[in-house]
Amino acid sequence: MSPDSPGPHHDWLDADAGPVVRPYTMTGGRVRPAAGAFDLVAFVVANPSPGSVRHLQPEHRAILTRAQEPISVAELAAHLDVALGVVRVLLGDLLAAGLIAMHEPPTSARFPHDDVLKAVVHGLRSL
Amino acid sequence: MDSVRSDEAAGRRIPVALKILIAGGFGVGKTTLVGAVSEIRPLQTEEVLTDASLGTDDLAGVETKGTTTVALDFGRITINDDLQVYLFGTPGQDRFWFLWDELAFGALGAIVLADTRRLADCFPSVDYFEQRGTPFIVGINCFDGARRYTMESVRRALDLDPDVPVVMCDARSRQSGKDVLIALVEHVAQRRGEPVPAG
Repeated sequence: MSPDSPGPHHDWLDADAGPVVRPYTMTGGRVRPAAGAFDLVAFVVANPSPGSVRHLQPEHRAILTRAQEPISVAELAAHLDVALGVVRVLLGDLLAAGLIAMHEPPTSARFPHDDVLKAVVHGLRSL
Repeated sequence: MDSVRSDEAAGRRIPVALKILIAGGFGVGKTTLVGAVSEIRPLQTEEVLTDASLGTDDLAGVETKGTTTVALDFGRITINDDLQVYLFGTPGQDRFWFLWDELAFGALGAIVLADTRRLADCFPSVDYFEQRGTPFIVGINCFDGARRYTMESVRRALDLDPDVPVVMCDARSRQSGKDVLIALVEHVAQRRGEPVPAG
């Protein structure tokens, strides 16, 4: 896929297609992202001034708008009301095009330092 | 903080998020618990099962319609600028194990909610976390105010390892939900100090 055209064009989708779009239609039927892993709690950040995004699909643009501030993959999917698998394909397009940066959780997150666990307990107590 | 460090990107702080799973049978109060402690209204996202995500074997019982939608409820607690906790309710149906695997990957631990009137509903969750080695505690949801069974009888009925904490809770109560989360994190910390069990 060329960097300047993430996602396929949907010239064949007109008003007659109706309001209901099957989930993977907006990815052109692709169920695997072009790049990236995209953990549920990985954070997405839009890269600054990516230039023109007019050629992008609305869903791609919506992701870039939401990701001006760091946002998790799970929240992105929830806010856009798009299935997780679909969001991952769209994120893969944007990542391949250099329009976003991904911050996957560190592999140490499953076994965090005692200080982190203490911080969590302290934080929960003071809620 | 040596082992978990927040990321810096273009001067922006990227927090590290820890995952905690809320499991248990249908209607036991998973989403209620998430909502009681989350700082945001619980969000819902969906995963669409396709033949690709289901894998190749064991399509028994799955309709031939091609796709099935599974809803995932989750909430968030901000600990500080660098640290967030995400609470994910696990989907109840056993055939969505592939989603459990994704949720459990990298998870800090799990809370298995139990309803003593339907204790068997939480067996699959207990089995799953035991087999996977994910630290978990059992929270007995006493939302009806009736303690029909002692914690010890629940422990026996679930055949839990002696080190797995069992706590009473009220999934509707923010304070009670916080206490259950704290009990889990303390259990994770305690387990860390112990040698890895053989096998």
